[in-house]
Amino acid sequence: MAGTMTGSEIVLKALVDQGVEHIFGYPGGAVLPIYDELFQQDKLKHILVRQEGGAVHAAEGYARSTGKVGVVLVTSGPGLTNAVTGLTDALMDSIPIVCISGQVPTHLIGNDAFQECDTVGITRPCTKHNWLVKRLEDLPRIMHEAFYVARTGRPGPVVIDIPKDIQFQSGTYSPPKDIKHKSYQPQVRGDDDLIAKAVEMLATAKRPLIYSGGGVINSGPKASKLLRELVKLTGFPITSTLMGLGAYPASGKEWLGMLGMHGTYEANLAMHDCDVMLCVGARFDDRITGRTDAFSPGSRKIHIDIDPSSINKNVRVEVPIIGDVGYVLEAMIAKWKADGAGAAKPALKSWWGQIGKWRERDSLAYKENDQVIMPQYAIQRLYELTKDRETYISTEVGQHQMWAAQFYHFEEPNHWLTSGGLGTMGYGMPAAIGAQLAHPKALVVNIAGDASIQMNMQEMSTAVQFRLPIKNFILNNQYMGMVRQWQQLLHGNRRSSSYVEAMPDFVKLAEAYGGVGIRCDKPGDLDDAILEMIKVTDRPVLFDCRVASLANCFPMIPSGEAHNKMILGDEVSYEDIDDAIGEEGRQLV
Amino acid sequence: MPKTQSHYPEPTQFETVEQHTLSILVDNEPGVLARVIGLFSGRGYNIDSLTVSETEHEKHVSRITIVTKATPMVLAQMRHQLERLIPVHRVIDLTRQGTPLQRELALVKVAGLGDDRVEALRLAEAFRARVVDASTTHFIFEVTGRSTKIDQFLALMADIGLVEVSRTGIAAISRGARGMLQS
Repeated sequence: MAGTMTGSEIVLKALVDQGVEHIFGYPGGAVLPIYDELFQQDKLKHILVRQEGGAVHAAEGYARSTGKVGVVLVTSGPGLTNAVTGLTDALMDSIPIVCISGQVPTHLIGNDAFQECDTVGITRPCTKHNWLVKRLEDLPRIMHEAFYVARTGRPGPVVIDIPKDIQFQSGTYSPPKDIKHKSYQPQVRGDDDLIAKAVEMLATAKRPLIYSGGGVINSGPKASKLLRELVKLTGFPITSTLMGLGAYPASGKEWLGMLGMHGTYEANLAMHDCDVMLCVGARFDDRITGRTDAFSPGSRKIHIDIDPSSINKNVRVEVPIIGDVGYVLEAMIAKWKADGAGAAKPALKSWWGQIGKWRERDSLAYKENDQVIMPQYAIQRLYELTKDRETYISTEVGQHQMWAAQFYHFEEPNHWLTSGGLGTMGYGMPAAIGAQLAHPKALVVNIAGDASIQMNMQEMSTAVQFRLPIKNFILNNQYMGMVRQWQQLLHGNRRSSSYVEAMPDFVKLAEAYGGVGIRCDKPGDLDDAILEMIKVTDRPVLFDCRVASLANCFPMIPSGEAHNKMILGDEVSYEDIDDAIGEEGRQLV
Repeated sequence: MPKTQSHYPEPTQFETVEQHTLSILVDNEPGVLARVIGLFSGRGYNIDSLTVSETEHEKHVSRITIVTKATPMVLAQMRHQLERLIPVHRVIDLTRQGTPLQRELALVKVAGLGDDRVEALRLAEAFRARVVDASTTHFIFEVTGRSTKIDQFLALMADIGLVEVSRTGIAAISRGARGMLQS
């Protein structure tokens, strides 16, 4: 389109030129010109959510499951403030999001106009960067720069705030060019000397361990391939954070399971006892380290991260390598091969022998029950019945999330969508909507809790409108399970506000929205019910899986402890814990 | 038995707190100072002194000088966190490179009559302060130097008739021939 365009046309043209196909949003006064343009074109598909918070999570699910940038469109004031939780979530988990918000006309900014808020002020600490577009001639540049900033380096959310008068004005569009930002230039190549030093440390390690994280997923599918190659080449054991699940296949024999607060015995003890730790795209956060002064005390640490501020933030490392995980892994593999490193070593064999003993402890074991569905069993069955399909799993936040991470096994990256850093209840259903849109033929399951699902229940309506057959698999125990578990362990089992007294009938609720409701409360009926759920292909499902109400999520590293002080589920009986009150409850920790 | 009722770990690292001066080159665009100081308040870093002004007009580059107190690990974090901000070009810990030159300017209003006026002028001369405004009942002095010198000057003036003071905060630069972008 030659000649001049309106601000709204420029926004849409830039989105198309950036390869965008789907936008998640909600209209309102200050973005009506953009919505009017959307109505008159067919290249971009707009997904109308039911609340702006849902739009950002849907864009996150879309982005995480495709590797593309997720795009959000909201109006000024409450539209934007509703999006803040999702933006913060995306910042914590490094998810690339471009959020376009309408703003009151420039001459009214600062006047407390109707639906005005200080968008750039409010979103400054919860975005990677943000812009207020005050002149139309800046709009094309800012649009393209926003995508560049969102997807490069350590990815993250950005906000472009566009006043309504700018959307109406006419100006010239310029297509995206190779952007070289004057001050923002993320370092992609790792330092060769440090890479050589890291390879040397790994080659001489006696008890090595690879600890990978979400950075491997963010770097792209190539990084996951390289990680697999490195593990194959070295024969080293590997564990991963919650955000990194799927980068290395759970079926691999070097896989130790997830580490951290609810990680496996073998992963956490290997972390504690290793002598060389290779951290790949993870950030030593407090769910992983526990007490930092007792964290892996005997190891020398190598840390690969694209964000220099992640290095030496919580834990001091000997070899910091700043760069893109994919690039650095490739260089390390080349160096490893060139050095001819990694002949079969007796030390590594004895390390694996030790790990084998920890594995035998079977830390995920739980007491089975033929009367009541155990939540762990529900996820095991879900896994068995869906593993041979192309399946994407999202979760909400809480016990069900940890059980999903422990019992659903991921073979490929980008198939696991969860709110790790911020821990946002209500993330799962909209994220599933985003993933289902991006992968219409795939099976998308939101493993949910009864409390979390109600935080964004309104998005059922979105799923019905767009015929998205997402499956909300609700582990319904009538409690905010993780809150209740902490109250039991730390606050004398006083269940302050953690029991949900007025639970909706999820089956009727699903039907009211125009979806499918399924209920199951017997272990013997579970397989058939799951198969019935999978069969639905044109509408969303609420699956009310009634599970044991007081099950606890183990293993667990108790508060302020080291990795070798784990509590294992079968050492404490559920009955003991249920009966424990007051001080006795704390004794059990 | 948990030592704490929190599910967050207790602090375990205790290092000595040091005072350092940071120089930050930024694009002079709207909101850039808010980004920098928002980062400081958001992450719980403290600011002892803050100075900002455009230093390269054609390139719209400003230089922010921040004096802060933190442990060495947190000081390194500050540098890296500041460098994550998109409009930040470069962050240098001047104190880490050596002892930087640090100067401050103060405008000091002193009112009084008789002997106090004579004493004020005598002290001003000793501190090489210039009189930039005067009447029969007041002087305004301009004094530059290290912050400690200005503190001293103000302490003496307090007894004579100090009315108010405006200070610029610290401007700092590294010693030697090299600029901050050449290191």
